Amino acid sequence: MGALQSLPGKPEYVDLAETTGFSFEQIGILHNRFKQLSHNEETLLRDHFNKIPDLACNPIRLQIIEAFFDRRNFRQNGEGTVGEIGFKEFLMVMSHFKPPSLHMTQEQRESIRRDKLRFLFNMHDADNDGTITLEEYRHVVEELLSFSEALEKDTAKSIADAAMLEVASISMGHMEPDEFYEGITFEHFLKLLNGFEIESKMNIRFLNMDTTTLCK
Amino acid sequence: MPSRTGSHSPTGIGKSLPERGLLLLMVLVLLEGSVIPLGAASSPDTSHQKNVDSHKAEGEKNHTKKAFPVLDLDYHHIQTPFEISLWVLLASVMKLGFHMIPRLPGIVPESCLLITVGLLVGGLIKLAGEKVPPVLDSQLFFLCLLPPIILDAGYFLPIRPFMENLGTILMFAVVGTLWNAFFIGGLLYAVCQIQPANPNELHQLEILPCLLFGSIISAVDPVAVLAVFEEIHINELLHILVFGESLLNDAVTVVLYHLFEEYSAAGTVTVLDGFLGIISFLVVSLGGILVGAIYGILAAFTSRFTSHTRVIEPLFVFVYSYMAYLSAEMFHLSGIMALIACGAVMRPYVEANISHKSHTTIKYFLKMWSSVSETLIFIFLGVATVDGPHHWNWTFVTVTVILCLVSRVIGVVGLTCVINKFRIVKLTTKDQFIVAYGGMRGAIAFSLGFLLKKEEFPMREMFLTAIITVIFFTVFVQGMTIKPLVELLAVKKKQEAKRSINEEIHTQFLDHLLTGIEDICGHYGHHHWKDKLNRFNKKYVKKCLIAGERSKEPQLIAFYHKMEMKQAIDLVESGGGVNLPSAVPSTVSMQNIQPKKPPPAKLVEKALPKMTKGREEEIRQILRSNLQKTRQRLRSYNRHTLVADPYEDGFSELLIKKQKMIALEKKIKDMNYYLTVPAAPPDSPTMCRARLASDPQSYSSKPAMDRVPTIQVDLASPQSPDSVNLMDEFRRVDQQEEDQGLTMKAPSGQSGPNRPGEADRGREQQKLTRCLSDPGPSADEEEEEEPFLP
Repeated sequence: MGALQSLPGKPEYVDLAETTGFSFEQIGILHNRFKQLSHNEETLLRDHFNKIPDLACNPIRLQIIEAFFDRRNFRQNGEGTVGEIGFKEFLMVMSHFKPPSLHMTQEQRESIRRDKLRFLFNMHDADNDGTITLEEYRHVVEELLSFSEALEKDTAKSIADAAMLEVASISMGHMEPDEFYEGITFEHFLKLLNGFEIESKMNIRFLNMDTTTLCK
Repeated sequence: MPSRTGSHSPTGIGKSLPERGLLLLMVLVLLEGSVIPLGAASSPDTSHQKNVDSHKAEGEKNHTKKAFPVLDLDYHHIQTPFEISLWVLLASVMKLGFHMIPRLPGIVPESCLLITVGLLVGGLIKLAGEKVPPVLDSQLFFLCLLPPIILDAGYFLPIRPFMENLGTILMFAVVGTLWNAFFIGGLLYAVCQIQPANPNELHQLEILPCLLFGSIISAVDPVAVLAVFEEIHINELLHILVFGESLLNDAVTVVLYHLFEEYSAAGTVTVLDGFLGIISFLVVSLGGILVGAIYGILAAFTSRFTSHTRVIEPLFVFVYSYMAYLSAEMFHLSGIMALIACGAVMRPYVEANISHKSHTTIKYFLKMWSSVSETLIFIFLGVATVDGPHHWNWTFVTVTVILCLVSRVIGVVGLTCVINKFRIVKLTTKDQFIVAYGGMRGAIAFSLGFLLKKEEFPMREMFLTAIITVIFFTVFVQGMTIKPLVELLAVKKKQEAKRSINEEIHTQFLDHLLTGIEDICGHYGHHHWKDKLNRFNKKYVKKCLIAGERSKEPQLIAFYHKMEMKQAIDLVESGGGVNLPSAVPSTVSMQNIQPKKPPPAKLVEKALPKMTKGREEEIRQILRSNLQKTRQRLRSYNRHTLVADPYEDGFSELLIKKQKMIALEKKIKDMNYYLTVPAAPPDSPTMCRARLASDPQSYSSKPAMDRVPTIQVDLASPQSPDSVNLMDEFRRVDQQEEDQGLTMKAPSGQSGPNRPGEADRGREQQKLTRCLSDPGPSADEEEEEEPFLP
């Protein structure tokens, strides 16, 4: 475990710990990983992500990688994408996957839920217009099915259509035949995944990770 | 036999007549069950022997001709199967009876009522002065009564939550049970020894029998847990924790039991024995799982080839599982774990291979057998209690009960402190309380106690009494109070299982996302290995074990097809004329979400170009043939084949027809499906058991056979808001951009607006549009008489 630097007292870590909620140890570990991925440079590029071998067999890797370069996930109310990210942004994105702590009030839990669902929403809403349109949702389903051999485009389309219809029914209730459902807004998205308990599911263990020895 | 007099009650009683009749029937079965066989079979073996002798004697001097016996009573001939059937009948009639009594099932869990009935029956038998049949002896219980329940649990085990919480479950099962056993056994021994003044029998109790007793009583019982937890609808996490623990602690119990039983005679246990015990535990548990997995894979492989003999498919599932259980028991491995492993391993592959009917059969049979088994077990518990032999010792029994509670609480709290360090979602105090309170003991403990030999264990009766008291305490007191406590503590209840396509999409999406993030972090965690396993499964295992094209089907598409089928069957089964409870009434239809193409919608006034007559005829043909199949009862019964099932063999045909139609029509729009399965209201456990997910909840009487089903009623105008249209084969003829659906009328012209959502036209329920939108009620009322199928 000699790779860990002496952590307490590093001023930038203090700042990061406050904003993201990670502990010093976790920040240290993630920093090591960051350096490993970026080959000790200051910033990470998309190429660095593409070089991770395990990620190659993930059907939604492009969207995951894009999420790291998406300004909306940096918690600074920015928009658009960037070409490269520093450690701070890396940590910001990772902080979306922190598990909720044991003793939380209902509002804190609720805000964490919104936070994680916002991350998911941003992943789906590629063009950042605030809604997930039918096309974007179709794209999601196609990506999910992209690695299976029997890709039936029609089925993918109809799955997405059915899902969209369901969202519309849940959110809108009654619609006149002439009305058009623009897309899934964030509020509808919240309502849709209400029972999903995402605060328990969308978590990664950030401890016990001496990663430098494990992988390339 | 006394005739059934149930229906002779005076008519003035009116609507309670059938219920009275049923109660009377129950009483009669009870009496009959207890009196007749005992009267006729007072000493079965000896009398049988006597009969044989007397027959022989008679045969020799048979020259005296006696009158030919026109009616003869020969009870012995059928005695055993008769008694078994009678018990099963009693159990089932009891189950029926409970739900006649108005408020009782809500207050008292079924298990309590059944034990009470058992007590009554046992009392009756004892009153009649007869010997109670030793019903809970090991053979019957472990070989016949227990396996169906465990197989049911294992086959329908929710794998995802089970695997996610496996560490916690194992901790509770292994460490918790060990702690319980040693704590109870040790403290009991201490208590027994400390009686200073009067030397009493307790002093005879050695440490090893105490530990043996501790190990028998410490295991949480799956049957009892299932019986109680099914009624309280607690959230999935807690349910799987307690239930998983009750299943997995079997290995520990087996090892401890055998260990202490072996060495009680010897009197001492050395360190070597302890070490061998640990090795034995690993062998028992892993061996059991291995045996189960092997049989599971064999079953999956066999099911790959059953496409031509669909009728015997369920048999393979049952027989392979039972053989797994027996094989494991043969080697003294953990049979329960083998059964669970077998069911869990074979299920995904078998379900991909077998027909829909076989799937339903398996479900129903498992539920039926496990239900009957459970009922019988509780009744027998009651009977065996009355039977005795009992030896009541105040100290021993009360100390046992107290120690059980105390050790359970300490164990759960202590373990949770350790476990919470490793869990992402921590267990709260409320959770811990429920886990501790839900640790019920049941019939397995009693049977294990019953198995002890009297010669080696002089205190056997005392043990049995204590075990029964603990069982009664947990089942009655804890079982009855857990429901109000759950309400009081506001423990999270089970989410109504609404498996929507959106949740499935997002579950998969989240899986991949988390795996990706783990890979980016470089952390080979939970998700990484799960993903690797899935890929291995997809690449190699599925190809071997699943027949045909389905081996390549990705999970999302399989899920989607399954939901389609489910909706379709619901729709057709409910006859289209019954309200399926709707989740959300809404008027949203596909047209609302399709992006508008110019020119904008003016569906109403546009006249539909008519379909060609030939086209329409073709469509009618297809629909007629497919729908009639579903309406048809099995008119001719042939043991070897069933009427061709339209839903699996026909489904692929439907798909082929679909392709044909695409090719045929120049412009075809996709059919869109609305796929939320309506949520079922929670109800009592027997109802839960009896009604499976695919059953419609309200079941209208099926229309008379000769009445031809009209398409419009069934499909084109389903009453339920949430129903989906089934048939792929009628593509919407693309006359307009909006959903019009085929108007299945004679080409006498379009009857006007197919505007979805014009519910005021009469049928209240048709607020929702479906993809195949209805032709509109009112204008078609008169035309509906013309049956679609001429």
